[in-house]
Amino acid sequence: MTQMTMAGAINRGLRAAMDRDEKVLLMGEDIGQLGGVFRVTDGLWKDFGPDRVMDTPLAESGIVGTGIGMAMRGYRPVIEIQFDGFIFPAYDQITTQLAKMHYRSNGLINLPVVIRVPFAGGIGAIEHHSESPEALFAHTAGLRAITPATPQDAYDMIQQAIASPDPVLFFEPKARYWDKGEVDETRVSAQLDAEDGPSVATAEMSRGRVARQGADVTLVAYGPTVRLALQAADAAAADGTSIEVIDLRSISPLDSATVVRSAKRTGRVVIVHEAPTTYGPGAELSARVMEQAFFHLHAPVLRVGGFHAPYPGSKLEHEYLPNLDRVLDAVDRVMTH
Amino acid sequence: MEAHGPHSDDDLVRLLTHTGERVSRPDFDRYAEDLDAATLRAMWHDMSLTRAFDLEATSLQRQGELGLWVQSLGQEAAQIGSGYAMNGTDFVFPSYREHGVAYTRGVDLPEILRIFRGLQHGAWDPEAHRFHLYTLVIGAHSLHATGYAMAMDRDGLVGTGDPEHDGAVVCYFGDGATSQGDVNEAMVFAAVNNAPIVFFVQNNQFAISEPVTRQSRVPLAQRGAGFGIPFVRVDGNDVLACYAVTRWALERARSGGGPVLIEAFTYRMGAHTTSDDPTRYRSRADEDFWAERDPIARLDAYLTSLGELGDDAREAVAVEAKELGRRTRETVRSWERPAMTRMFEHVYAEPHATVEAERAWFERYERSFADQGVHA
Repeated sequence: MTQMTMAGAINRGLRAAMDRDEKVLLMGEDIGQLGGVFRVTDGLWKDFGPDRVMDTPLAESGIVGTGIGMAMRGYRPVIEIQFDGFIFPAYDQITTQLAKMHYRSNGLINLPVVIRVPFAGGIGAIEHHSESPEALFAHTAGLRAITPATPQDAYDMIQQAIASPDPVLFFEPKARYWDKGEVDETRVSAQLDAEDGPSVATAEMSRGRVARQGADVTLVAYGPTVRLALQAADAAAADGTSIEVIDLRSISPLDSATVVRSAKRTGRVVIVHEAPTTYGPGAELSARVMEQAFFHLHAPVLRVGGFHAPYPGSKLEHEYLPNLDRVLDAVDRVMTH
Repeated sequence: MEAHGPHSDDDLVRLLTHTGERVSRPDFDRYAEDLDAATLRAMWHDMSLTRAFDLEATSLQRQGELGLWVQSLGQEAAQIGSGYAMNGTDFVFPSYREHGVAYTRGVDLPEILRIFRGLQHGAWDPEAHRFHLYTLVIGAHSLHATGYAMAMDRDGLVGTGDPEHDGAVVCYFGDGATSQGDVNEAMVFAAVNNAPIVFFVQNNQFAISEPVTRQSRVPLAQRGAGFGIPFVRVDGNDVLACYAVTRWALERARSGGGPVLIEAFTYRMGAHTTSDDPTRYRSRADEDFWAERDPIARLDAYLTSLGELGDDAREAVAVEAKELGRRTRETVRSWERPAMTRMFEHVYAEPHATVEAERAWFERYERSFADQGVHA
């Protein structure tokens, strides 16, 4: 076990993936000598050279589109989109091309492309640098969308995403980049070195996990809000409420089975994400809980998330984002319903 | 049809006049030298069959057998000429009107209609034909083509000097696509990476109803200059010239010389699709002007003047075209609707819980009718 930050864990994971498979390439803006604006690719340009750590022209659609073409020749491009709000120039390539090529080709073409997206807010940034667009991609069949909440998951899941034969949006909670944790680097290596590695890895990265066990309320989070959910569980425990925290890890597929199992025990569900609640991942999850655990529920499923307003200036972001007070308020409401 | 200005047919590379007389272009003559009479007759044959197929498909759409058809009528010289310049080491990214190119890549023409009958979105094995699937989002494939070319370069398939080994990418799109961001980004990426790619613009004068003057105030080929990409304008209804310029461009790209932009100046003699009505936006006089420049008639006249084409050959192609039409009709009508669960196949390469769950639900739902004897 080694202690590392989430950014460091992704960096180590990228390095391990590049060592494992020479077809793995990194593409993006400023990822070479600079090491990326968040330094996630720090040192890789020096060790792997400009042919494998490619500084691209400043054109997101072009990066994803040429990545698709390279994947058609057997490469495994790992694309960095500099910030969440800058993914939209590539939205067409991602949704009409990357997502649909396997289907359009009747399974003849695999596009193992990973798109890394530093996402979500809370860092005091200017416009377009704090958004949570994951629902837009989860809504498109053909894409997978996953997000780690811990350095260990970041290290494992980036390598699993690269090994998967499907296109994967890899959402990195940028506010958690500098959180530290212990990372075991051996387990995922053994998994990926096995013959069925890509299949096992794809299945594993698609599953949620119970981050903390509890009995009264199921609190569902992913990416940047997992730490908040755990804080809420600590605070609620002081008031005698036992919260089970589920870290979804995957938005597409959505591991609703793990949530439904928990909901049937607790009878109360609160979903917390930074993305706007309207048509957000919580809306889909709430519908599934209602369909599959209706008679076990003691209270309506509640969502805590961003508002149906553009992400505000950073002086207001801590009220826009789900914070501890809003999460605990929702917990109180499902407990007293 | 403008007689002058940026979108006129002045200064095109042309080896055959519109009445079929061979004229010299010293810079490109040598790229057409290997076109002997037998090859020219084969080109004429392929252009004729492509057109016959195109007309048959139009009829099938009118009969309700196809949801839509996209005609290549009038663009046979641009497509067959450029297609003949390629070989098996090259890889093609078509738009969606390149039926003639598909034919030169060995795609069985009726198979294309699986797409237009609504059976599936892709109808051939791209790798087997070295011919990618049709792309309907205008210009989106230009980036895939560029990335593919960058990967060919990376794989050492460029510039070795071995003609059995070196290859390049040819990417087709239309005049409208040149306005798309993706096409412009493709040229940026191709240029800075010196990618082995030939961008082949078929300027057929219209993007549905909009004339090319709505896309550009300079000849489309000149767009290459700003990207540092060599360019050429060619008479797109002259199969010899289309062959010659594509051969030149491909030799340059395969040898490591980087991208080239070709503008083939042609005319969409048919409608944009079977849903379009060109009488609303273009004149009969324009259509007559271009009818005199029919690419097949031009090659026919040239071969006839050489004494290399006679009525026996014309009759033989007419018989073959009729047979292709019959086979196309029968093939299309024989296709059954796919199994309903086909819609869930190949959404992902690895299992995805949502797709699995919805497929399982749908199969139970379907079976519930069978159990009730509602339908078999």
